[in-house]
Amino acid sequence: MNPHQPSAAPAATEEASGGSAVLAWLYVGIPLAWGVSQTFIKALALFK
Amino acid sequence: MADTSSTPLLDRSRTIAPPGYNRWLVPPAALAIHLAIGQAYAFSVFNKPLGSLLSGDPANPAPGDWTPTQIGFTFSIAIVLLGLSAALFGKWLERVGPRKAMLAASLCFGGGFLIASLGVSLHNIWLVYFGYGFVGGIGLGIGYISPVSTLIKWFPDRKGVATGMAIMGFGGGAMIGSPLAVALMNQFKGSAPQGVAPAFIAMGIIYLLFMQFGVWTIRVPADDWKPAGYVPSEEHNALITTGNVSADNAIKTPQFWLLWVVLLCNVTAGIGVLETASPLIQETFSDAAMGAGRGVTAAAAAGFVGLLSLFNLLGRFFWSSASDKIGRKLIYLIYFGLGVVLYALIPTLGHNLQLTLYVVVACVIISMYGGGFATAPAYLSDLFGKYQVGAIHGRLLTAWSTAGVLGPLIVHLLHDSAKQKGLTGAAAYQNVFYTMAGLLVVGFLADLAVTAVNEKYQEKGPVTIEAGGH
Repeated sequence: MNPHQPSAAPAATEEASGGSAVLAWLYVGIPLAWGVSQTFIKALALFK
Repeated sequence: MADTSSTPLLDRSRTIAPPGYNRWLVPPAALAIHLAIGQAYAFSVFNKPLGSLLSGDPANPAPGDWTPTQIGFTFSIAIVLLGLSAALFGKWLERVGPRKAMLAASLCFGGGFLIASLGVSLHNIWLVYFGYGFVGGIGLGIGYISPVSTLIKWFPDRKGVATGMAIMGFGGGAMIGSPLAVALMNQFKGSAPQGVAPAFIAMGIIYLLFMQFGVWTIRVPADDWKPAGYVPSEEHNALITTGNVSADNAIKTPQFWLLWVVLLCNVTAGIGVLETASPLIQETFSDAAMGAGRGVTAAAAAGFVGLLSLFNLLGRFFWSSASDKIGRKLIYLIYFGLGVVLYALIPTLGHNLQLTLYVVVACVIISMYGGGFATAPAYLSDLFGKYQVGAIHGRLLTAWSTAGVLGPLIVHLLHDSAKQKGLTGAAAYQNVFYTMAGLLVVGFLADLAVTAVNEKYQEKGPVTIEAGGH
């Protein structure tokens, strides 16, 4: 067991900028999702 | 909080987060850097176009066209520079903070593409080496380590999750970089030989701009900040220190060098599979072995390579997150223990032509290769504290550079030797996998030997993170 486990939920103050965090994740998530989808399409050829 | 309005915009003091800053903004900032520099894993997509700039036909290179060996050297230079610059600039990074380091990384990585583009236009391989390999490689090294210590400081309760999320981006960068490069080269094919030079310019600009999101979003926590409600458990784990060891002292400890061997073995073995993935699966499951028309084609082999990239990415997040629960030492023992069994199993699965199982085992192996990268910063933070963990991580990455040379060398020597003996198919790769399994045994023993760092190496008295690079 790791001794540095959290003992409480993230602070409410951190949630105030939750909208910015969602946008930030979309900024990196969209290109990553595109890359993953391209990889999947290519990988399908392996099992045809 | 001190008034920082008159200090330069890139100064570390200007990046200290205000109260209420959402720490979940930091991982995407880190990912913006790692997804960009992870493009390096996809450099091979340029191999054929770069090798036929004069002839215009990849199947029939003209005299004077660059050879695959000449082109491949570009990537090798970049990886060596990655390790060297991570080691050299680690302490500078701790002193100036992540924003300045990320900006430097973006300028080097984007600028490297632009210089390489000039090299392609002039058909001067040395300019390509200098641009993408040397300048871009420095960008890789600084970029790779720039968000790591910041993430560990923001997520003391979930170090593995946080570094896993960022380093996952380096694994995923190839999945974006490869189709992007192909699309750009097709777009510019009519205006330049193979479309490579303008594609390099476009990629340099795209990546430079994309990375700016990370540069301007990243924040460091105040020295006294901790997650709300976070109380370090009193439960004792001998490997997790409450002290701090400087980068200069860390390299004097046996623990640093044991981890260096751990990373070396993990990466050398993983690169062995990645390096040969395409020819490996085509030769093992060829038409001759499977029956006419049933063998693995080049397109299917590309799919196999893509699948390995995906598991490289997923493993970085999954295994590193798991290490928060079960501990770093144990997770590496799993990488190596399970790895030995799986590496030793691969030749048998190849002999028996069990394609699906073969692919599944290879994917698990590569997921642990990625996991080994992603868990390393958290392991270092456990052993040496967060004081100069970025700089220590940078020095550890020289193991990656070494493995980048050693892994392919071992594979090519053993494979060539098997071929000379007339072995084909799975048999030609048998010794490669058995040798890699042996390397994993060495890694297992090195990890097993890791103990807590002697207190004599720790800094005396309180340390401030801002002074981390003095």
